[in-house]
Amino acid sequence: MSDSPPLVKLTDVNFAYDQRPILMGINMEIHRGQVVAIMGISGGGKTTTLRLIGGQLKPSSGEVRVNGVSVPDLDTEGLYDMRRRMGMLFQFGALFTDMTVFDNVAFQMREHTDLSETTIHDLVMLKLNAVGLANVHACKPSELSGGMARRVALARAIALDPMLIMYDEPFAGLDPISLSTVGTLIRQLNDALGASSIIVTHDVSESLKIVDYIYFVSEGRIIAEGTADDIRASDAPFVHQFVRGDIDGPMAFHYPSPPWRDDLYSGAVGHA
Amino acid sequence: MSVFHTNLLSTLRNLGKRVTDRLWRLGFASRFLLATLLYSGMTLKRFHLTIREIYFTGVLSLIIILVSGLFVGMVLGLQGYDTLQRYGSSEALGILVALSLVRELGPVVSALLFASRAGSAITAEIGLMKATEQLSAMEMMAVNPIARVVAPRFWAGVISMPILAALFSAMGIFGGYLVGVQLIGVDEGSFWSQMQASVDFREDILNGVIKSFVFGILVSWIAVFEGYDCEPTAEGVSGATTRTVVTSSLAILSADFVLTALMFRGV
Ligand SMILES: Nc1ncnc2c1ncn2[C@@H]1O[C@H](COP(=O)(O)OP(=O)(O)O)[C@@H](O)[C@H]1O
Ligand SMILES: [Mg+2]
Repeated sequence: MSDSPPLVKLTDVNFAYDQRPILMGINMEIHRGQVVAIMGISGGGKTTTLRLIGGQLKPSSGEVRVNGVSVPDLDTEGLYDMRRRMGMLFQFGALFTDMTVFDNVAFQMREHTDLSETTIHDLVMLKLNAVGLANVHACKPSELSGGMARRVALARAIALDPMLIMYDEPFAGLDPISLSTVGTLIRQLNDALGASSIIVTHDVSESLKIVDYIYFVSEGRIIAEGTADDIRASDAPFVHQFVRGDIDGPMAFHYPSPPWRDDLYSGAVGHA
Repeated sequence: MSVFHTNLLSTLRNLGKRVTDRLWRLGFASRFLLATLLYSGMTLKRFHLTIREIYFTGVLSLIIILVSGLFVGMVLGLQGYDTLQRYGSSEALGILVALSLVRELGPVVSALLFASRAGSAITAEIGLMKATEQLSAMEMMAVNPIARVVAPRFWAGVISMPILAALFSAMGIFGGYLVGVQLIGVDEGSFWSQMQASVDFREDILNGVIKSFVFGILVSWIAVFEGYDCEPTAEGVSGATTRTVVTSSLAILSADFVLTALMFRGV
């Protein structure tokens, strides 16, 4: 698998919002056919990483390459060409609320192809069938449950058979059954389409079941990486804490702040 | 430096910053309008997208425009008769009603109504699409949101506005007729014939249409820009919606003065 060049390659990527560094020295490779997870606590820079790969943000330094092409150097047209072969599932689905489920999935086909409405109809029903939701094609997104909306967004993301599918928190807010349905779907769709997938998530147990490789991101750096077995066997305290979900550990539950005792006293002095 | 001087300086600095901020935003809005016009090609090619928006902005504003037009015309009938009969020229009521509506009240009032009925809705819709990442998702699907979402709404507003203003004026004239002729008893023949004789196509009607066209551009531009530029949160969307109504109203009224001054033939 690693003999062909990787589909996505990030080399020494740094990124900052204004002056605040968000990502530091990120190196990542996603090989063809793989499902790769990027894990870490909220605010760690996972969504930012996806936006860098999709070309919605440019790194302050370092290289982002997709299929050998440097993404930050693409012009608008080149970027749009690349995105036609990418699918992205947004954190909250981002379904078009003014369209039916059918029109959501058909959206890219109508925008980017000259297919006839009959062909589009067949394709859309095929995609909806793949996520098990052919019967809701006439519904508006507001009529769907969270898990169903997520699956429709999934069908929309794979509408044009992309080479790379990116999932931002596909498991967030799902009940256990929808959770494993979506997990299994991600793996099946990846293999059926011969695509590569990146899953951004903080759900360890679900993703360990379906992914080939995992990157742990914390405070803008990659602090651990490996296969699911590597991660399970890892004795790095951070990974240990994350996998087991402990509150105590190297990863602070509290947002970094001066000790509350100081705060309390400074407040007391202020009122005196 | 004294406290007074420090205060003065910081006041000046704040004022300067606010002015440059406004100017910067105006520049940004102008570039946005330019981009909207540049990406309008697709809107023309796929005109059904615009037709759909004309339905939402134009057709759904019809009721409020027609009812308001009727009432404004009825008030004009009452007030106009009251003034004119003092000079014994109440048969000129038709002229007064028609000219007030076609030249002034039709374009201005219907634009103000349009801004609060349709402009605010456009801002809220685009703002919510931004807040729920629908615009971002569209970009990731290699579809330009300015071409697909903004341009059709902009053109729908520009097209609807003159039509709505014309309907407003027609309804208003009918209202003036109801009150003046049917209720008060002004002579029906002179009501219509004087109106026909005195309303000039170029001077009155065309100028009114030009006004409502300009107002349509202003309101639609402000509405789509505020939506696209809003902060992607609930407060952001509600603030942007309010700004659309306030800014549009000021823009309509000031543009009306400028246009009226330009069209004024003087003494
Ligand atoms: N538009 C933005 N402007 C400034 N800071 C941002 C913006 N978007 C995200 N951030 C900051 O970047 C950091 C990483 O965000 P993100 O990549 O969304 O994290 P994650 O997806 O891992 O939860 C967070 O601290 C967040 O506050
Ligand atoms: Mg995120």
